[in-house]
Amino acid sequence: MESLLLNEDETMLRDSTRGFLDANAPVKAFRNVRDEGTGFDKGLWREMAQMGWAGVLVGEDHGGVDMGHRAAGIIAEEMGQTLVASPFISTAVIAATALRNAANARAGESLSAIAEGNLIYALAIDEGAKFAPERTAMEAAQNGNAFKLSGKKGFVAEGRNADRVLVLARSGGAAGEAEGLTLFDIDAGRAGLSREAINTVDGRDFAALSFDGVEATGDDVVGEVGGGLAALNGALRAGQAALAAELTGLSSGSFAMTASYLKERKQFDKLIGTFQALQHRAAHMWSEIEVTASAIANAGRVLDANFDKAELAVSLAKARATETAKLCVIEGVQMHGGIGMTDEFDMGFFMKRARVGTEWLGDYGYHAARVAAARGF
Amino acid sequence: MEFSEDLEAFRTQIREWINAHCGSDLRGRSQDATAIAPGADNAICWGGRNFNFASATQRNWMEAAAAVGMTAPSWPKAYGGAELSRAQVKIYHEELRAAGAPVPLQSFGIWMLGPALLAFGTEEQKKHYLPQITRGEIRWCQGYSEPGAGSDLANVQTWAEDKGDHWIINGQKIWTSYADKADWIFALIRTDRDAPKHKGISFMLIDMESEGLTTRPIRLISGKSPFCETFFENVKVPKQDPNGMSRIVGELNRGWDVAKHLLTHEREMIGSSGSAGPLGGRSIGAIMNDENGLQDNAPLRHEAMKYEVDSMAMGLTLDRYKDMAKKGGVGHASAMLKYEGTELNKRGYELLMSLTGSDGAAWDSPHGELASEWLRTKANSIEGGTTEVMLDIIAKRVLELPYK
Repeated sequence: MESLLLNEDETMLRDSTRGFLDANAPVKAFRNVRDEGTGFDKGLWREMAQMGWAGVLVGEDHGGVDMGHRAAGIIAEEMGQTLVASPFISTAVIAATALRNAANARAGESLSAIAEGNLIYALAIDEGAKFAPERTAMEAAQNGNAFKLSGKKGFVAEGRNADRVLVLARSGGAAGEAEGLTLFDIDAGRAGLSREAINTVDGRDFAALSFDGVEATGDDVVGEVGGGLAALNGALRAGQAALAAELTGLSSGSFAMTASYLKERKQFDKLIGTFQALQHRAAHMWSEIEVTASAIANAGRVLDANFDKAELAVSLAKARATETAKLCVIEGVQMHGGIGMTDEFDMGFFMKRARVGTEWLGDYGYHAARVAAARGF
Repeated sequence: MEFSEDLEAFRTQIREWINAHCGSDLRGRSQDATAIAPGADNAICWGGRNFNFASATQRNWMEAAAAVGMTAPSWPKAYGGAELSRAQVKIYHEELRAAGAPVPLQSFGIWMLGPALLAFGTEEQKKHYLPQITRGEIRWCQGYSEPGAGSDLANVQTWAEDKGDHWIINGQKIWTSYADKADWIFALIRTDRDAPKHKGISFMLIDMESEGLTTRPIRLISGKSPFCETFFENVKVPKQDPNGMSRIVGELNRGWDVAKHLLTHEREMIGSSGSAGPLGGRSIGAIMNDENGLQDNAPLRHEAMKYEVDSMAMGLTLDRYKDMAKKGGVGHASAMLKYEGTELNKRGYELLMSLTGSDGAAWDSPHGELASEWLRTKANSIEGGTTEVMLDIIAKRVLELPYK
């Protein structure tokens, strides 16, 4: 497998991504999104699509740049640094991966539209407060080639703005079983589907979706009927890896703020960065970010080299990323003191996004348990 | 012997070479030199004038390796090495592990003095000392710390009085590993008492058979230990050998530069916690699944999971930093490897002790010499610069936090 260091192309990608985001999407831009309550900036997303990011995992035959998961991680990490709100993970990573594996004509059309930045996808899985796809209870009542979807989904990223929804529902079996789940790809405007914004602390686009006898057919199924988890797993791994990368960028971004604050804030006539109690905590934080960054790079590399065997690498990355992000934002607020508690200051944004990012697609316990299982216990 | 530069061909070649020269009785034993256990004195081949080889096969293995430069594979051929690339050395170690074969020769000469001489030595010093090291003829020990110079290492007080063509040395070193078994010592000695403390130290090479030089072993909480106190009482050291070769590495009074270079090197090594891999090759998963009901012990299970996550991430970080070193260096960031690596290793052994319960608390247990290893890990975050010093280095050198 390739080295965990960035190669030349990846370094260029990182630099150009950073350059674009510093100019067009600094943390201040996120503040506007938060104040306006739009979830994300659609115009900015189209610009990002022009940079090739929306098609980073879309094949060239559908207008994508097909750069792979390590590249997606680099983009996500940079977005995390400046807290960019965008449908990158839900659409460009999760939906693109799921549809690419589906490989039918409609999926192809969707992929082209995703790469252009003209189609937003949401992924609707969660029904309870914790991520657990196999606990899906939402019914997909089957009658020949026809299905009726009934039930509720919560914590759906991009749920308000999505044009289409990937939704996991149960066509057989009982809640808690991995079998009997089916993944549907349906238009968000379909009759019987209603959505309501959830005002998450991170100010992004999340919604609760209600399916009241929404009609679907076999054409809407991604993968096999009853094989929903198989159709979804790869896409989930890709999304979890990208989210872990975003959280690590977020850790670096908040740490950079904290480190500069230590170099300028004076108390007792001294820069607070001269205090050893704070120096050691800062050094610890930086060290933890470095260790996590290795797990992030590794997840991208393994996804690119051996996609079907990447579960351990991805869960390792998400587990580390959640813990490191938590450390960095808690310490970030503490080291900023009172000003860190004010809405006027950006540090709180990092903390709030870290909380949501930690929960989305599986928390520390979920992923650490998967690592332990892979390690034999 | 010419080694292939093609990595796959090299792997096959080195595998055959190991199988041809490493005796079967040497295979499959623990070879973690950082966790030196009681009674394991010659399980590791240290070489030297007085080394008591465990067996003829151990000696043959060392000599076969030395003959083709494989006791110090990355060193230049002119000095007894094999001039292998980092990628080749990595494959060599992978193949040693796969074959259960010990490293043919380990020593402070290979780890510490060699790199110092390669970076700071004169041509004649390199030609004289390095082949003695690679052939396992001379065993070196390291004389850095003193009772009053631990974390504040530059505070060395052992003093060389200038007597024209020689020095007279008085003072005491501590934590000199295997001083009682070494042939020579490389030591930090104060050669100018009036200069600022970093500027009056020299990196000196001294024969352990010199009159007035004595050693005394130190017993640690983990039992027997390789550490000694070393006493210098009017020890006479010539400034030059008869052929004119200097006994100082680098410039007079600039020994601190050499020491700093080596400490960075040492940190990378300690961070990688020995050749046997984390926890002496023990598997947390296997111990978790034994019949002691550990799977139902939720707090311990949580700690075990967390350790596995952090340990795997650390392994990846070592890989990443090795590649970084290859590309141009790691610099002060090596303090991070030392900090994270040693703290993780301590945590891992605490976990092992909890998992193995009363079994682990006995000096001899079904888990080998675990108790002794566990106690020994407590020194990981002290030796080679304490955790607190590492955090200082990261804060000041890497993060550039202010001094005042």
